[in-house]
Amino acid sequence: MLGLIKLVRSTAFRLALFYLLIFGVSSAGLLGFVFWRSAGFTAEQIDQTISAEVQGLHERYRLLGVPGLTQVVKERSNRQSQSLYYLVDRRGRRLAGNIDSWPTSNADQQDWIDFDYNHQVGDVAEQRRARAREIEISGGYRLLVGRDVQQRVALVELIQSAFWWAGFGIVGLGLLGGLFIGRQMLRRIDAMAAASAEIMAGNLNHRVPHDGSGDELDRLAQSLNSMLDRIEVLMNAVRQVSDNIAHDLRTPISRLRARAEVTLMGDPSLEACREALEKTLEEADALLSTFNALLDIARLEGGASGPRDPVNLNEVIADVVDLYEPVAEDAQITLEVLPAVGSTTVKGDRRLLSQAIANLVDNALKYTGSRGRVWLKAEQSGKQAILTIGDNGPGVPALERDRIFDRFVRLDSDRSKPGNGLGLSLVRAVAVMHGAELKVDDGHPGLVVSIILERASEVEVQ
Amino acid sequence: MRILVIEDDKEAASYMVKGLSEHGHVADHVHDAESGLVMAESGYDVIVLDRMLPGMDGLQAAQNLRGNGFTTPILFLSALGEVDDRVTGLKAGGDDYLVKPFAFSELLARLEALARRRGEEPQTEILVGDLEINLLSRRVTRGGQRIELQPREFKLLEFLARHSDRVVTRTMLLENVWEYNFDPQTNVIDVHVSRLRSKIDKGFQLPLLHTVRGAGYRLSEKG
Repeated sequence: MLGLIKLVRSTAFRLALFYLLIFGVSSAGLLGFVFWRSAGFTAEQIDQTISAEVQGLHERYRLLGVPGLTQVVKERSNRQSQSLYYLVDRRGRRLAGNIDSWPTSNADQQDWIDFDYNHQVGDVAEQRRARAREIEISGGYRLLVGRDVQQRVALVELIQSAFWWAGFGIVGLGLLGGLFIGRQMLRRIDAMAAASAEIMAGNLNHRVPHDGSGDELDRLAQSLNSMLDRIEVLMNAVRQVSDNIAHDLRTPISRLRARAEVTLMGDPSLEACREALEKTLEEADALLSTFNALLDIARLEGGASGPRDPVNLNEVIADVVDLYEPVAEDAQITLEVLPAVGSTTVKGDRRLLSQAIANLVDNALKYTGSRGRVWLKAEQSGKQAILTIGDNGPGVPALERDRIFDRFVRLDSDRSKPGNGLGLSLVRAVAVMHGAELKVDDGHPGLVVSIILERASEVEVQ
Repeated sequence: MRILVIEDDKEAASYMVKGLSEHGHVADHVHDAESGLVMAESGYDVIVLDRMLPGMDGLQAAQNLRGNGFTTPILFLSALGEVDDRVTGLKAGGDDYLVKPFAFSELLARLEALARRRGEEPQTEILVGDLEINLLSRRVTRGGQRIELQPREFKLLEFLARHSDRVVTRTMLLENVWEYNFDPQTNVIDVHVSRLRSKIDKGFQLPLLHTVRGAGYRLSEKG
């Protein structure tokens, strides 16, 4: 019962009712028109015929008087036709005619009478509908001229019953259809509501069901799902940041605290205090830079959008290489830029792209031994530009390659190297923000990282 | 120099005032922008302005100061470190922008650079001891001896020379010489500076390019 009320109150059902109403009204209009053109037209014709006959008989009466009229009426009454006649004298006695008795019903103001009469065919008598006109003739004589209208009545009845049946059919089918559509819609919307309830209850992995039909509800479900995906990514990012803070910042903070505590124990010398404070300062700076890097990454992953200007990758690479060139030279590593191929101007945030490339170069220099080689290259590939940086260092085992972009991931072999383990995470965040694809390949030997960015169109470059 | 600190965090402000006086500056402190605007009229060399203040905020205060014709350099302090925030700060009339938390040495170096910038004449030549830097011909000589520098090295030396006798931090170098404002993880700046040092100090008795521990570098003949 409750379900039915819900169904009846559903938008789909109401819409169906509304369409039903419009359809019903227009059907009624159509039937009414048909009725008016057919039944109304025949009724008019009958009246005209009767009036014409009355005219004729009246003529006859004027020429030949009552006997002539009686004669004509008699003749005509004997013809097999739908015409009806009745002629009486002043005392009501029948002189001629083909109906049994004067109709009992009263005439209207124009002397028209609608009445039933007995129609005799052989032994069978049947009551039929008739319409007639009553004429007073001088001397108390009265004449009735009419026609059998049973056929017209039958037609009207037929149209009326068609009207009712069609009406019932339309309303019935419309209601059923409305209920059916309403139920279909309601079922799908209930499923969506159930899914949102499930998600609100904390099950963020749950998704709104969709059937892939591509209709409006299906599209709604799909866009809800993409929204949920996005929310999940953001939630995960937030959770990961707080997890990271918990795990990786707690250790240095504990160390900081322990140093202060231990230094204060006993009676520390000025020298010991100075040393402890200097170390504290150093560690606080490192903590802050880690903290800032975490925030930057979270902000980028959270969808912060920076400027999207045309940025020439070659220039960005040249600047970064200029910054790192002495570092590479000191480490006896060849840092080279391979000639660019095609147009490599992309749409992006120059500062962030510089930072990402700097982090990649920094990383490559760190892990490539002396007399190694680090190279950068920008090339056009259709509508995209690929920025590649490779080295001939030890590389990363295939299984670990996806992990290197995670926060604080430092492969076991690198624990001794300086760094906070966030450099490559930032690279990934920058790539994500630019809608770029990040690829890691084996350099045989070494590691090759590519960022595939969307190129700026010629118009934008100018 | 005289410094006005407009900062609502009293503890942070008192550390700043203490640090600045220890370096021989006179620092006054107010808690809000309204009193800051009044104080500013007594004439300071540089103003430290927090962006988020009770009542009138720092941006508004800077706009008011500039609107009233004050040209005193303003250094913004802010917990907002996005590039856009930096840009709005500079547009509102700030001359420099420092994101919290910051190292005191960084603040000091920037304040000194700002106060110096004021009233600076356009120069064609800078002298630091026997080091001569010609900004037009980009010729560098020391004791009459020609020193060949790469373009980037020249830019680095020029910045250090323009701020001679004062501390220049690594971040300032990165921002002004390379126009980067992010933190490169490795000590790239140190490597560039030590290269420059090997070119201008090597073979000379008196070193000119000094490392200031925990702060940055200083180009000076005073050691």
